[in-house]
Amino acid sequence: MISGDGTNGSGTSNGRPLRTFVAYVEDQPGVLNRIASLFRRRGYNIASLNVGRTHEPGTSRLTMVVEADETTACLLEANLYKLVNVISVDDITNLATVVRDLALVKVRAVGNDRADVLQIGELFRARVVDVSDETMTFEMTGTQDKIVDLLARLRPFGIVEMVQTGAIAMTRGAESRASSVAHRPSILPPPP
Amino acid sequence: MTDPSINALAQTASLGTQTMTGSQIIWAALVREGVRIVFGYPGGAIMPAYDALPQFPELRHVLTRHEQGAAHMADGYARASGKVGVAVATSGPGATNLVTGIANAMLDSIPVVFITGQVGSRLLGTDAFQEVDITGVTLPITKHNFLVTRAEDIAPAIHKAFYIARSGRPGPVVVDITKDAQQKSASVTWNDAPVRLPGYRPEYHPRDEDYALALAMIREARQPIIFCGHGVVEANATGTLIDFVKKTDIPVAETLLGLGGFPATDSHSLGMMGMHGEEWVNTAIQDADLIIALGMRFDDRVTGNLQTYAAKAKKIHVELDPAEVNKIVKVDLALIGDAREILAHLLPDVPRQKLPDWWAQIDRNRGAAAVRDIIELPDAGRLHAAHVIHDLWRLTEGKALVVTDVGQHQMWEAQYYKHDHARRLLTSGGLGTMGFALPAAIGAKLACPDEEVWAIVGDGGIQMTQAELQTARQDSVKINVAIINNGFLGMVRQWQEFFHEGRYVCTPITSPDYVRLAEAHGLLGLRVTRRDEVAAAVAAARASPVATVIDFRVEQEDSVYPMVATGSDLADMILRPLAFDGEGTPAPTSQHNPIYQTGKDRS
Ligand SMILES: Cc1ncc(C[n+]2csc(CCOP(=O)(O)OP(=O)(O)O)c2C)c(N)n1
Repeated sequence: MISGDGTNGSGTSNGRPLRTFVAYVEDQPGVLNRIASLFRRRGYNIASLNVGRTHEPGTSRLTMVVEADETTACLLEANLYKLVNVISVDDITNLATVVRDLALVKVRAVGNDRADVLQIGELFRARVVDVSDETMTFEMTGTQDKIVDLLARLRPFGIVEMVQTGAIAMTRGAESRASSVAHRPSILPPPP
Repeated sequence: MTDPSINALAQTASLGTQTMTGSQIIWAALVREGVRIVFGYPGGAIMPAYDALPQFPELRHVLTRHEQGAAHMADGYARASGKVGVAVATSGPGATNLVTGIANAMLDSIPVVFITGQVGSRLLGTDAFQEVDITGVTLPITKHNFLVTRAEDIAPAIHKAFYIARSGRPGPVVVDITKDAQQKSASVTWNDAPVRLPGYRPEYHPRDEDYALALAMIREARQPIIFCGHGVVEANATGTLIDFVKKTDIPVAETLLGLGGFPATDSHSLGMMGMHGEEWVNTAIQDADLIIALGMRFDDRVTGNLQTYAAKAKKIHVELDPAEVNKIVKVDLALIGDAREILAHLLPDVPRQKLPDWWAQIDRNRGAAAVRDIIELPDAGRLHAAHVIHDLWRLTEGKALVVTDVGQHQMWEAQYYKHDHARRLLTSGGLGTMGFALPAAIGAKLACPDEEVWAIVGDGGIQMTQAELQTARQDSVKINVAIINNGFLGMVRQWQEFFHEGRYVCTPITSPDYVRLAEAHGLLGLRVTRRDEVAAAVAAARASPVATVIDFRVEQEDSVYPMVATGSDLADMILRPLAFDGEGTPAPTSQHNPIYQTGKDRS
């Protein structure tokens, strides 16, 4: 289970700190396989992973939420850089970011429950995207903890099905932190 | 490119655009990378390429007896020469037979390009005959790999593979080429423009402020020590390191793969560190107030118990691979970059100093270490492995290129054969691959035909890849093979003796008659059972025009001392037990161990 403060990608998972990385990779077969293999081999725990196209052709953008302390984060970044197809990596954990998950929730809603369910959805600004005689399907965008909250409210009615994406993240402000321009890993903070 | 050794086909290959088959492109691309020798084994999926091979007479192909042998030969070639080694195999079983050799190159950062045939691209993913997803299999044990399905992609893939293999921290690269890509034709435009890979950054340079910090730490240190790792060898940093040490008077300890990176007979060299390092070396590490670790990765075989490891020392890690920093041991400062460049940058500003107190302290501990004295053991008609290796060192004047396998003999070699030059000890350090020595020695000899090459190998390890003796025969590769034959998987037996109450489970091992085996291969075979026969046998081997195998029948239950037991503190070593009490009578607790019987042990 993941919780976040809603403005950046930090949080904890089972008491371990979570860190959010954004990476640009070459859009080539097997790249995801390489990243997954690296994480498995080095024992990094992925809380969520999202991959998708970017505005730049030939590159994909990954958002990864990983259990890692400061040292592990440095090593993880350096190890990602060793993959030839990884163009850039940014640890955006401590930056001001917008982080979003998307969830679809199909919930039982019959008789009197329909109004209550609808009201809860409205409260969370979840959109109704499908309705059947017995169910309603909500689309909910937000941080992970908002989605968890919504689920908790809907659970008593009976959740039929639910699916969610991994987090996607972007830094706030004008500049583009995670750029696809190759740069070097930010290793080691200088000693005190 | 106007290399006169390149034939017409490859010559024209340098003249811009040209149409060739994929098979021709493979070899032409290798020739353009400077390759003159490849180690390999043919089979269905690589047959089109082999069919085109005779069109490239500048390429010598060494047919091995097993693809693992090809991989280790290419690896030994690369280690000895500093160039990229090349091994070729077919799909499926050919490719999987390479896997151990690929992993071996990966763990020791050796630049090797592996070319494998693959089933036709339309058959990919259908479990076709001899189809194995070798790029998938080798993903975690290569620096990078390529699956090539079109003839036009072969040349760029091979060019990138060489660049990736040799740049930055070197490593193995697999290029898997489908059969139809070999058969089809493509027009290739050869160009020598630097490879562009958007995500690949092999080079790093430290920041100025980090250099300043390093200098301050070096100036402050009273008891500094330098670690010479494999990175010193890979960076060709030996000369700069010697200058650095001359100026600063700092003692140097080597890792197994760093041996030869700093001259062993230099008075500033302490010797090997770690599990089977000299006790005084490990003690110096524990006493040090500054460690300057050059191109090494704090493997568990060199640290012992991490909680107590070098607790008093500040640590500067000079390393090319950022992912090695703080992986095992937390360091105070990392200088990320090439070891030679960094040493050269620091050299003008480091203090010219003498460290008499520190050296006095180190020298006081020297006497306590127990490794050395067995050199002077009375041999009493017996043959000790340490004697064999010590004699070999003397008889070859320390100049041989030695390739060791894995086990006790590997540690004895590291202790008793003093290497004064880089790339003169080749050994499988990271993976610890038994079977490495014989094929790697063949590769090394082909890389350095003027060197005297000795493989030192156990009776276990030789039986893993002994078929390559016939490769040495067929290709007239003059190497010498010293089998340290103790009738046991010796290193495992030693652990059983120390940590499993002497239960020798599955470690006694029989051997063929190595003299007759050598003869059956058309080689010279010799047997030595006494120390006074060593010199004559070594002389006969050196004089023999064909590869020579010497079966050294050594003491069976000898052990490597000193030793840090796994998890123990680094300086808490198991020393060779004293055979005699103060009065000269055998100590009652001692079980049979030939090494006990020395007067030297009393002191
Ligand atoms: C391929 C492989 N299998 C198993 C081992 C485990 N192992 C390490 S040392 C050793 C014994 C080696 O015996 P031998 O070759 O006779 O050399 P010795 O130790 O006696 O010098 C074994 C089995 C290994 N390192 N490599």
